[in-house]
Amino acid sequence: MEPSAAAEEEEEEEMPLTAASGPAGCQLFGYVGIEAVLDQMKIKTMKTGFEFNIMVVGQSGLGKSTMVNTLFKSKVSRKASQPGQEERIPKTVQVQSVTHVIEEKGVKMKLTVTDTPGFGDQINNENCWDPIIKYINEQYERYLREEVLITRKRKIPDTRVHGCVYFVPPTGHWLRPLDLEFMQRLSKIVNVVPVIAKADTLTLEERAEFKQRIQEDLKTHAISVYPQEDFDQDPDDRLLNDRIREKIPFAVVGADQEHQVNGKRVLGRKTKWGIIEVENPAHCEFPLLRDLLIRSHLQDLKDITHNVHYESYRVRRLNESNRAALSPLNGLPGKGEGSSNL
Amino acid sequence: RKSVKKGFEFTLMVVGESGLGKSTLINSLFLTDLYPERIIPGAAEKIERTVQIEASTVEIEERGVKLRLTVVDTPGYGDAINCRDCFKTIISYIDEQFERYLHDESGLNRRHIIDNRVHCCFYFISPFGHGLKPLDVEFMKAIHNKVNIVPVIAKADTLSLKERERLKKRILDEIEEHSIKIYHLPDAESDEDEDFKEQTRLLKASIPFCVVGSNQLIEAKGKKVRGRLYPWGVVEVENPEHNDFLKLRTMLITHMQDLQEVTQDLHYENFRSERLKRGGRLSSYGFVRCLVIFQEKEFVSACSIGLEVQFTLQAR
Repeated sequence: MEPSAAAEEEEEEEMPLTAASGPAGCQLFGYVGIEAVLDQMKIKTMKTGFEFNIMVVGQSGLGKSTMVNTLFKSKVSRKASQPGQEERIPKTVQVQSVTHVIEEKGVKMKLTVTDTPGFGDQINNENCWDPIIKYINEQYERYLREEVLITRKRKIPDTRVHGCVYFVPPTGHWLRPLDLEFMQRLSKIVNVVPVIAKADTLTLEERAEFKQRIQEDLKTHAISVYPQEDFDQDPDDRLLNDRIREKIPFAVVGADQEHQVNGKRVLGRKTKWGIIEVENPAHCEFPLLRDLLIRSHLQDLKDITHNVHYESYRVRRLNESNRAALSPLNGLPGKGEGSSNL
Repeated sequence: RKSVKKGFEFTLMVVGESGLGKSTLINSLFLTDLYPERIIPGAAEKIERTVQIEASTVEIEERGVKLRLTVVDTPGYGDAINCRDCFKTIISYIDEQFERYLHDESGLNRRHIIDNRVHCCFYFISPFGHGLKPLDVEFMKAIHNKVNIVPVIAKADTLSLKERERLKKRILDEIEEHSIKIYHLPDAESDEDEDFKEQTRLLKASIPFCVVGSNQLIEAKGKKVRGRLYPWGVVEVENPEHNDFLKLRTMLITHMQDLQEVTQDLHYENFRSERLKRGGRLSSYGFVRCLVIFQEKEFVSACSIGLEVQFTLQAR
């Protein structure tokens, strides 16, 4: 660290008297070492690791489990944890979570994948989204209860769903009524990332047309999927997110088998007429999805879940309990010892 | 062979969820464009709709043989969130055709009966599931006594060969489990030649057929073929190694006669005995229904003294 007194001219910085305009920027005339904070954060995160909870929703057979395995390059899905089980369609929608700890270069991630078998598979699919909404709200409730305790845990276990990947079947036409209903309801409480599943069934033109129709559909029904336009913080963000928004929904193909292509081993699907390379951006948009979920926007997903969706749940919940507390019939369950402190 | 001059009539019904490639497949099968002014409806319009029945008729002639082909499409099937009422419209359509034929058959002049009964139903199974969906099972159980069902696995270019085998076996197991009666190809007669016997054996072993449809001409290996162009390769529609399209077409053409016979001898007779047992006013029922449907269409005469009537049905 260099001594700050090395400067010859000692300038007097003027502190603005009014704090209303925010603190003024100061000129540093030497290296202070503020940037070392980043290293400290990194070391801390590496020690504690971080959590990421992802939910996959879609009809059976759309390749959800394979996609999750491909994303995290390991066998993390429900199928893998219960090998040999027959793929029977359950009568009601179930919500099943599987948790794994993945480690890469010393960074530990506690990944929870929540699957929803039975969604959209029945003849009558009315309200099949209810168990899913209930699950998401339960996680918020759990976090809220921990948060309002008088003696809180140092690190509240975060089981809230940070991102929900919704698999749209590649019909090539429009979104189905079920897709619209689901996304309308869920985009209000969780980050929804729609993807076109099994996209190897669409040619490039069909893909472009389908995407355009889906984007129109989303706009017409005012469904705001991740990345939401309202939460862009600065022009840089906006630029980056706009580019992503143009490509939503991503057309993906999942594969967990490796094949030999031009001397390299690649993940892909082998067919009689060619090998579909999953990580080749010319074939499918899987790399974009992976980058969005893991490499560039993972922290953003968590932040929006915490700052926006969780907060709006909290507000709703507190209003409910206030109203109930004022009324003579106080049947609402107590919110823990901290309710009087809110 | 005697009726070559008169020509054949054949009615084919296609049922399946939207986006499974039904229209493309029909166009590929008959090398025509049956839906020239087709607009695909958006989800907003789909929410309110119930299943429609759309019939289109074309006259195809090849080497002197005339075929009057009617394709009955069922848009809206499987689209709604609640599909419980999906089949009602379809079943009542099939019954209506039987009813009309019964009525004509019981009339005075039976020389020019037009046969609009559904001879065959292609049921499109989605390749994305792990087998049959509950909707598939329910629908097939509801119509397997009324029409010949030929299950078809659509958009088969999304499956590798191993996945196809697995899916076919799975579907056949489920069909057996639920006692669904699909159309079975008759065994070849012992006096037919070996090639034909072998072909029939191959066809029987490939049900349900995995098909890919396309009418676009793509350049592949120096020649123009019908297929789909992907960044990783070309899927050729007429290549037996790529999909069972040719087998499906062969089956349809060589067994058209048989499909009609089974419809006549089995399904229609079933319907007829049920109907007559139930009793009721047979002739006026059929007659009045005819009038109601053809209100706005031109027709020569609507009485049961059979005159040849050219009509196309409107969606109701």
